[in-house]
Amino acid sequence: MTTPETVISCNNVWKLFGEKAENYLAGMTGNPTFDEIRQAGYIAAVRDVSVDINRGEMLVIMGLSGSGKSTFVRCLSRLLDITGGTVKVEGQDIGALDEKELIDLRRNKMGMVFQSFGLLPHRNVLDNVAFPLEMRGQDRHTRRARALEVIELVGLGGREEYFPRELSGGQQQRVGIARSLAIEPDIWFLDEPFSALDPLIRREMQDEFLRLQEMLGKTIVFITHDFDEALRLADRIAIMKDGAVEQCDTPDKIVLEPATEYVRKFTEEINKARVVHARGLARPINGIAPSGEPIAGHTTIQEMGRLLVNDTRDLMPVSDKNGKVIGAMARQEALDVLFGAPA
Amino acid sequence: MTAALTNNPQARLPALSKTRVAQGLLGVAVLLVLTKTVLPAGLVRPPEWLVWPFADWINALFNFMRDDLGLMHVTRGFAEGVEWLLDVTANLLYGRNRWPYLGPIPWSVIAVTAGVVGYALQGWRLALLSAGTFVWIVVMGQWTWSMETLSVIVVAAPFSILFGLLIGVLGWKSRRVEKILNPILNIAQSLPHFAYMIPVVVFIGVGPKAGAIVTIIFSVPPMIRMTLLGLKKVSPEVVESGHMCGATRWQLLHSVQIPTARTDILVGVNQVIMQCLAMVVLASFIGMPGLGQKLLQLLQALKIGRSVEIGITIVLLAVMLDRCTKAWAVRQPEHFEKGTSWVVRNKFLVIWAVLVAVAFALAQVFPMLDQVKRSQALSMAKPIDAVVDWFIVLIDPVTQWLRWFLITWILIPMRDAYLYLPFSAVLALLAAIGWAIGGLRSALVCIAFFGLIAMSGWWDRAMITVYMVSFSVLLALLVGFPMGIWGARHDKRAVKVLLICDTLQTFPSFIYLIPVVMLFGVNDVAVVSAVFLFAAVPLVRYTIEGLRGVPEALIEAANMSGATQRQTLWNVRLPMALPTIMVGVNQSVMFSLFMVIIAAFIGTQDLGQEMQRALSSTDVGKGLVLGLAVAFMGLMVDHLVNRWASRRRQALGLA
Ligand SMILES: Nc1ncnc2c1ncn2[C@@H]1O[C@H](COP(=O)(O)OP(=O)(O)OP(=O)(O)O)[C@@H](O)[C@H]1O
Ligand SMILES: [Mg+2]
Repeated sequence: MTTPETVISCNNVWKLFGEKAENYLAGMTGNPTFDEIRQAGYIAAVRDVSVDINRGEMLVIMGLSGSGKSTFVRCLSRLLDITGGTVKVEGQDIGALDEKELIDLRRNKMGMVFQSFGLLPHRNVLDNVAFPLEMRGQDRHTRRARALEVIELVGLGGREEYFPRELSGGQQQRVGIARSLAIEPDIWFLDEPFSALDPLIRREMQDEFLRLQEMLGKTIVFITHDFDEALRLADRIAIMKDGAVEQCDTPDKIVLEPATEYVRKFTEEINKARVVHARGLARPINGIAPSGEPIAGHTTIQEMGRLLVNDTRDLMPVSDKNGKVIGAMARQEALDVLFGAPA
Repeated sequence: MTAALTNNPQARLPALSKTRVAQGLLGVAVLLVLTKTVLPAGLVRPPEWLVWPFADWINALFNFMRDDLGLMHVTRGFAEGVEWLLDVTANLLYGRNRWPYLGPIPWSVIAVTAGVVGYALQGWRLALLSAGTFVWIVVMGQWTWSMETLSVIVVAAPFSILFGLLIGVLGWKSRRVEKILNPILNIAQSLPHFAYMIPVVVFIGVGPKAGAIVTIIFSVPPMIRMTLLGLKKVSPEVVESGHMCGATRWQLLHSVQIPTARTDILVGVNQVIMQCLAMVVLASFIGMPGLGQKLLQLLQALKIGRSVEIGITIVLLAVMLDRCTKAWAVRQPEHFEKGTSWVVRNKFLVIWAVLVAVAFALAQVFPMLDQVKRSQALSMAKPIDAVVDWFIVLIDPVTQWLRWFLITWILIPMRDAYLYLPFSAVLALLAAIGWAIGGLRSALVCIAFFGLIAMSGWWDRAMITVYMVSFSVLLALLVGFPMGIWGARHDKRAVKVLLICDTLQTFPSFIYLIPVVMLFGVNDVAVVSAVFLFAAVPLVRYTIEGLRGVPEALIEAANMSGATQRQTLWNVRLPMALPTIMVGVNQSVMFSLFMVIIAAFIGTQDLGQEMQRALSSTDVGKGLVLGLAVAFMGLMVDHLVNRWASRRRQALGLA
């Protein structure tokens, strides 16, 4: 297996809001809590975050309102200058880029969907979506053709002449998504992109997303408040609290092995059987070869509930996408996940 | 709230000492007044050493700029460019014999164009108003004068808008520029019109060219302010989305920020055009031909009938320009259904083209649709004069008596009282007021502003201005406040009264002189009445807005606790509305100051009269010193009212 290539790499990223935050950070000793920093007159929106994001990965960021999710993503795209640490995109420290290089990076590599859309009110759907292409200097005809393509993709075909104020929240959000897709970015930042959509379209868009990612292998940083959505989409989930990342791991690990008390509380209400996959419980096989038909690694415990109850094996083999056995799962353990561990 | 304050001794102490200091200062003021006869002369009027020759310094500076820096060439160069443009518009609009020798455009074409613009912006009513204005003008035989006025606005407004936009963007880009800009704008917006004219006369001379340039300068400040405001209001996410789309700074400015700030910028355009109209009318004082000049001549000759006609023209133009630009500002983009044809998409353009072609063709056949001579006009001056004469004779006993009463029993005693006050007592009194409202800082601000007026050497004149303004504002309060309360009582009535106030506020100040001259002739009573009228409008307006703005929940709570209408009004509505009403008072004072100065030409002995003299002798230094003296009065009141209102809002939990 090849080691995954790191696309975005953050090291000890800090973002403090307040006058002369750099000086405060430089003179800071120990590891002050959020409240201690606030006492000093600063808001620690991002606190010492180190995360690596791989190519083709979908990282979902979750956390309560005000936990610093949007700010963190703004640091990754350098919409905000960070107070401390480094953010590297494809090995390049983006803090060191000059204006022109930054514009090039954004024109060719990055796309972003904003929590409250950020559409230009005086331009119609078509011109909004074509805006990034216009900035790149593409001619009218090509940008129109491309814009129509993505407008069709997000299901707004026929409304390209509407103005933002004539659209519903969900439709506006889709314009935002289409705009960010227009330049086919490699790296895609999405700040609660589906929060304004109704459940049906939301589901559709999620599927569309998964398809796109499968197909184009985009690197995606996705913010959401909705755990179900996170589970559907995420390769890894990062849970933030008061600006710090409490845990960044696969969904299985997050529910099975919460790193902190906060994460445990955060995931308490979730039906674990829906989250945990067979591969999450699989242990390497030490010589023992469990018998019988292997279980596909990507099935959740809930999906194989009936099988678990009816089967008699103690150890069940688990296979990966290609059918190769990667380990074995203890049936009792899986049953504990399904019904809750006995007290 | 009050309970919390009184329970907290620390909060109470400074409040107590603040009133003590204010009372002490008031005591000093009273003492100074009572002992005036034995006071040393230096405390009664500013002593010689305190009067600084500001005017000479300013003159020296201007001479230096004009002669040594060669600024004269720059301004003359710019003025020549403006003059060339003026010639073009003059040729097109009223057929002045200049390049491009095409004009004059038939009046019917202009009326039709105005109508289509009005229709495109808002619909039938505005179309009728716009086209009707021009029909009225031509029917009254005022075409040339009106076009003289309009040709200047057409040239001046774009310059003002452009300069305002540029300076506004600069101020928004750099904090430092904004910091420098703010006080300059504050002063610029409280300088009376005449203060702008004198330097222009020095640099440019008199005539339409000078009129256009003074108009440009005078109308820039509101554009700067609205540009700054609009750009600041653009939501950060919109700007960020522009960044993420890879926009360069310039792209960001012209395709994201300025279009998004469109509404505020267009409100700025509206203000520019209204300021232009007000100034163009007044620029008749520096030889600007057109409606203003005619009005000035007719008023001075007491030809009421024709002044009324011109007044109506100016009012119609003002209302039309205001409505059109406002409609433009609030217009929201709307999409066309897919597959809409070009003709439908551009229907206004098509309608316009067709109508203009028809108008041109008809004008060839019927000369009446091309140009109307004065002799063909339907002036109603004679009948109006007859009616006015009849009316004046009818109410003559009343006006006579009123004039006599006001002059002998109020105005002269009041003026004498103001002039009796030792200047030191006035300063102590203002310091007391300042201290009571905003503590040491406000007291110092008051002393600084009025101290400078004392140092200018125009103390007596300034006190006469103060007396006229304070009397007029007092009168305006006595009338405007109850009217506001009356107007706010019902929803429908409030809307109507507000609309009337809005319309009255678009009238150039000059207009208010017509009825008062008609009633009282040319004297102090006329001036005071004009100022009073002008000052009452904002009071009515803000009283209504304040009262209407009181949250429903509070009124319901009062009703639930069994308060009568009257109790609710006095105990809930008025206290809550007071901060807004004070904004009205502030505006009222500002308007009065402007009006007093303008009214000077019908005979006052205040700063305005001196300013007129400075204008006729083109004494820049004197003119600016006088103008600044007026501005400082306004700025002081502005400071006090704002301090008071913001404290009050905080106390009421509104801010
Ligand atoms: N420009 C700013 N100046 C000062 N403080 C800010 C600024 N932007 C954000 N903050 C603060 O930083 C913290 C994190 O904000 P952020 O918008 O990143 O939260 P979030 O996790 O995205 O919340 P939500 O889920 O509501 O979108 C908040 O406490 C916020 O008040
Ligand atoms: Mg957010």
